[in-house]
Parts: sequence; structure tokens; C-alpha cells
Amino acid sequence: MAESAATPADATADAQRGPSVATRERRQGSINPSGETPYLVVEDLAVKFPTADGLVSAVNGLSYSVPLGRTLAIVGESGSGKSVSSMAVMGLHDRKRTRITGSIRLGGDELVGLPENELMKIRGDAMSMVFQDPQSSLHPLYTIGNQLVEAYRVHHKVSKDVAKKRSLEMLDLVGIPNPARRFSQYPHEFSGGMRQRAMIAMSLINDPKLVIADEPTTALDVTVQAQILDLLNNLQKEFGSAIVLITHDLGVVAEMADDVLVMYAGRCVEYGTAEDVLANPRMPYTWGLLESIPTVSAANERLRPIKGLPPSLLNLPQGCSFSARCPYVDRVKGELCTTQLPDLLPVDGAGAHTSRCHLHDKASIYETEIAPRLG
Amino acid sequence: MSETLLQVRDLKMHFPIKEAAGLGRTKKVVQAVDGVSFELKAGASLGLVGESGCGKSTTGRMITRLLTPTAGEIVFKGTDIAQLKERELRPFRRQLQIVFQDPYSSLNPRQTVSNIISTPLRVHNLVKKGQELARVQELLERVGLNPEHHNRYPNEFSGGQRQRIGIARALAVEPEVIIADEPVSALDVSIQAQVMNLLEDLRKDLGIAFVFIAHDLGVVRHFCDEVAVMYLGKIVEQGSRDQIYNAPQHPYTQALLSAAPDLGTIRGVPPKERIRLVGDVPSPIDPPSGCRFRTRCWKAEDICATQEPLLEIKPQSTQGHTAACHFAEPKVDLIAETA
Repeated sequence: MAESAATPADATADAQRGPSVATRERRQGSINPSGETPYLVVEDLAVKFPTADGLVSAVNGLSYSVPLGRTLAIVGESGSGKSVSSMAVMGLHDRKRTRITGSIRLGGDELVGLPENELMKIRGDAMSMVFQDPQSSLHPLYTIGNQLVEAYRVHHKVSKDVAKKRSLEMLDLVGIPNPARRFSQYPHEFSGGMRQRAMIAMSLINDPKLVIADEPTTALDVTVQAQILDLLNNLQKEFGSAIVLITHDLGVVAEMADDVLVMYAGRCVEYGTAEDVLANPRMPYTWGLLESIPTVSAANERLRPIKGLPPSLLNLPQGCSFSARCPYVDRVKGELCTTQLPDLLPVDGAGAHTSRCHLHDKASIYETEIAPRLG
Repeated sequence: MSETLLQVRDLKMHFPIKEAAGLGRTKKVVQAVDGVSFELKAGASLGLVGESGCGKSTTGRMITRLLTPTAGEIVFKGTDIAQLKERELRPFRRQLQIVFQDPYSSLNPRQTVSNIISTPLRVHNLVKKGQELARVQELLERVGLNPEHHNRYPNEFSGGQRQRIGIARALAVEPEVIIADEPVSALDVSIQAQVMNLLEDLRKDLGIAFVFIAHDLGVVRHFCDEVAVMYLGKIVEQGSRDQIYNAPQHPYTQALLSAAPDLGTIRGVPPKERIRLVGDVPSPIDPPSGCRFRTRCWKAEDICATQEPLLEIKPQSTQGHTAACHFAEPKVDLIAETA
């Protein structure tokens, strides 16, 4: 496959075990839109699953970074690789069935290739995860308190009483009324919103520096979703952790994210600050997403959906993965779009806002054709 | 004025629940829907919005008589179908169809698409033998699927395509009303827009009236002329789209609109006023006295606990805009107006 990702493969190889400070800084600076020193750095990540039908390329050449105190939203539709890439960061894929290459560094330490017992020490401690469905990610046969205490004691050698005190603090912190009573209740006695709060309490109990929230509010009602998003925002201010928020909802992105990364068919197609990506998008797929959402504030006009379906990850097309659905293919000279994968390049020649598209006049197309329709 | 197709009056659905029998055994019920009334005109579209458990789907299922209401009337073209027996109901089934939320569980995996779509045709004797296939293909084409694919099974289609099959099945009997129960919430955004546009075309071209059940306020605003907001089994506010979105009067509607994450926040529009509700929806087994929303409402006073507010036109409201609140007042600055 004609793979020409942002970072050359050999650079990743020598990055495996601690590159020089100078190289690291240069590289990080080049991929973080904020310019701050990142805590999580993902470089040229690829996740592939061998299946009976062939090799599924779920994630390809993905690079991003998140500094402490900042929220990166990874946006994409089902099958775009947003969850798969984050599970790779957490080391949650079955090692026997997954091929992970590239580099994932947490506070400078490489995670790719780390043995399971080493990873266990980091997972739930320095980094933790909030899952979409708190119904299935909490153990139904243990009390909430039991699960919180266990999560704390795995990483701290303390007595049960100390752990209980800490658990009660956490329940209180995430806004669960009457923590002492709730502590000894089972997950089924909690409502959906309360369960998600308990899940957040559990993921934050060890004071992680990185929290990955995978569609944390998708299963919740809109008024409860607003509560949980506020909670995540407030907790981030208090703990200063880096958050990777995985979502398909651009409205949630607008309210939460500092940086945005748009994924399509396993690749990053646009990356920049939230303002760059949402207010000045430079990639036809992002335009398509923005145009297909009916918002509460928009006027009642016909939606402009993206035609067709995403490509199969078993057999990614040559060239740009979005080319088959892209309305602008004929504005690019020759057959570049269908033959050559565009690089992830800065949209204005320099700067941190990057997009993967061959179109030359992206800015003027957006200003003259897309923006007026978005209102 | 177009004619009123469907009139729902004081519709109730109380599900009895089994409680462990103790001394002084009391019979408890879940008041899923408790006195809902509305009208649907030919070719119109009414949106039922609310959070899970508010009774919007139950209402949809009662109208299509997949559930028999505990009380109330469902008057379809002059006939009350609320308590009709299965046999008497049959001619009405043809005119009231439903499209379900989950395109995976609402199609039989062991039947071909052709079979799925032609079964209603056969049941209602709508086509002559030998012409079924032609009709099925016509319907597939109508919903934007390849007519050649009539022999395939549901698992060979994507989620959006399956939803189109479900829509074709509902269209097969040429209904006058379609109840669309969260028809796009299981779909990805780009696919969601495709299906929304299809539904809109059907409404315009075939003049089908829709009861559109959804939790997504953006989708409802896009599709519906009339909106009813439900909370714990009751309609709390009802009005035209503009009335509900531009000048909501009920605190719950205001909170819903305020909670909806909106792209407007990023496009330089100043942030709207934020209303955050505390707590969760109370149990419909033992709903709060008086106003059911009072436990989460920031305006609640003593009267709210003792006297149930009626769904009525308020002095300050424009025509046809009703709200069930003692302290209803319009708020106009909740959503960023981008148009």
C-alpha cells in the first residue's frame, strides 16, 4: 500500500526507546496544535486485525498529541477507527489478534510493546478510561463501593478503610448524593446518569494524568449529558488531566474540545484546534459532516448528506479513502484523488492546522460555497 | 385548513407491575403515558420529543395499536380505534404504519428483502399474483435502494440501507400516517441526513402525515411543523416549531433546548444562557404530586406540589401554543440563531 504518513517510519523505529530531547521536542512541536508540551504523544500508530477475510486496517498512520489540561476530541463515524486507536493507547487489544505498530508515549515512556505486567501498573493509574455504556462496564455483582475500593487498592498499598474514605470522597466529587448509602449499592440501583458518574469516579480515583472518554454521554439523555459534560470539564480544571474524548457528536465537540481530530476510514483527515476545524474546516469530509447535522439553531432547509458509504477496511481504495464520496474530486487535476493518498499537510503552508486533501483552493471553496450554507 | 386525520384524546397507558406480595398488597402501575391529547392533520408532521421514559414511544405504539391503551380515544378519520378488536382493526392497520428505531432487530434476518416488503402486500390483498416483484422493486427504488437487490437478506445491507427497507415495508400498504419512532438515532450522521431527506421527500411527494418520535431536538426541528414536548407521561408544552424553539415557555422545554450541545457555540455566536437540571427523571411508578417536573424545576413553589398545571394557552402566548406550567413565560435567547 502506498503509505505516506506524516511521520516517516524510520523515525518511529528510533523513537522506540527514548529519542533525544531535541528530536522529541521538535517532533512534538510539529504535531501539537497548541504548542504546549504534550503528555500523550501518538506517532504513526497503525492497528491491524488479521481476520479470515484478510487484514483489516482499522487505524493507519495516526499521529496526535495531548498536553495536560487540554481536551482532544476524536470525531468520526462508526468504523473510522476512533475507538480502536484509543483502545490501543490503553493497551486493551488482544495481543494475539492485533498488530500494533508505531509509537505511543505517555509522559515520555513508550507503551507500544510494553509487557502486560508493566502496562497493568500504568493502566487505571496514570491513564484511565470512561466507557460508553456504564451498564456493561460496571460489574453487576459487586457493589459500587467494592469496585471503587478495588480500583484504588490495585495501585495503592493501603487498608480497606483508607480506600473506602477515598472512594466516598470521589463519589461526592462527581456529584453523587448521599455517597455513604450509594457506596454499598449495586450498579442496577443507579440510574444511567448516576452510573456514568460512578464510572467517572472510578476512572479518576487514582488521579490519572490521561483520561480517555469513549462516547461518555452517548447512552444518556440530553439533560443528563449536559450534567456529565459539565462534570468532565470541571474535573479537568481541578485535576489538570489530559482528556481524549471520543465522540460522533459535533455538538459535544463544540462544547468540550480544545483540539479536534477528524478520522475517516482509519486515518486522520483533519487535525487542529477546535476553532480551526469547526469554524474553518479544510477537508471535504469535515464539510460533509457539518452539513449533514440538523442543529437546534439551524433554519429548516434541506440537509446535504454525504452520498454513499464508507469504504471497507479490508480493502481500502488507492488514493484518498474519501474520494468515492467526495463531491470535489473533479476539481483536482488528473486522477490524483483516486491514485495517490494525500499527505496530512498544513492547510496554509505552515501552522498546526493540517488536513489530508489534494484540493488546492480549499479555503476559497469553504468561504464561498460551504460557509454560506452553514449560516 | 386541511382535514384532521388523527385525534388523540386523553390517552393513557398504565402497565401493571408485579410486586412481591406482602401484607396489605397494593397494585402498582407504571404510568407510562398519562393523559396525552393531540391532533394530526393530513400531510402534517408532529414531533414528540422527550427523554427516555417520557412515554413518547409508548404513545406511538398505542396509535398503531401495537399496545391497547388503558383509557382514552384514538380517533382516526372519525372512528375510535383505541379499543377495537384485531379483526376490526385490520383496515386501519393499513393506514397507520410504523418505522422502528433499530434497523437491526426490526427486520427478520431469515427473510429476503422481497419477502419482508411483500408480506404486507399479501396480507392486505394489494397486488395480484405475479405482480408482487414489480411492486417490491418499485418500492425499493422509491426508498433509494437498488431494485436488483430484492433477493438479498437484511445482513447484506448497512444500517442506513436497512432503515430504508423498513421504510419501504411501511410504504408498501400506502399508509396515510407513519409513526416514525426514532428512525435515525441508530445511524451515523452522514447516513442520518440521507434518511431524513428520504422521509422528507415521502412526506412531500406522497402527502403522508408523520408522527415523528425523537430525542434529538435538531432532527425534530428539521422535520416537524408541530412539536409536543413530553415529560413523565404527559405533554408539558405544545406548539408550532417556531413557538417551541424560539419562545419556549415551559421550564423543561427551556432546559432541554439549553442542554442540547450546539455547533453554534463554536461559530462565534455568543454562548446561550445555560440551564442545567439537577438529578434524574423520577419514577413513573410513583410520580410527584401536582406538576411532575417540580422535583427538578428551579421555579417550583408550593402550588406546584398541590395543583397540577393544565396544558393551556397562556395569556402571553401566541395562538395554538400551550404549556402546562403555573409559571410559564417565554424565553427567547436560548438558542443561537444562525439563519
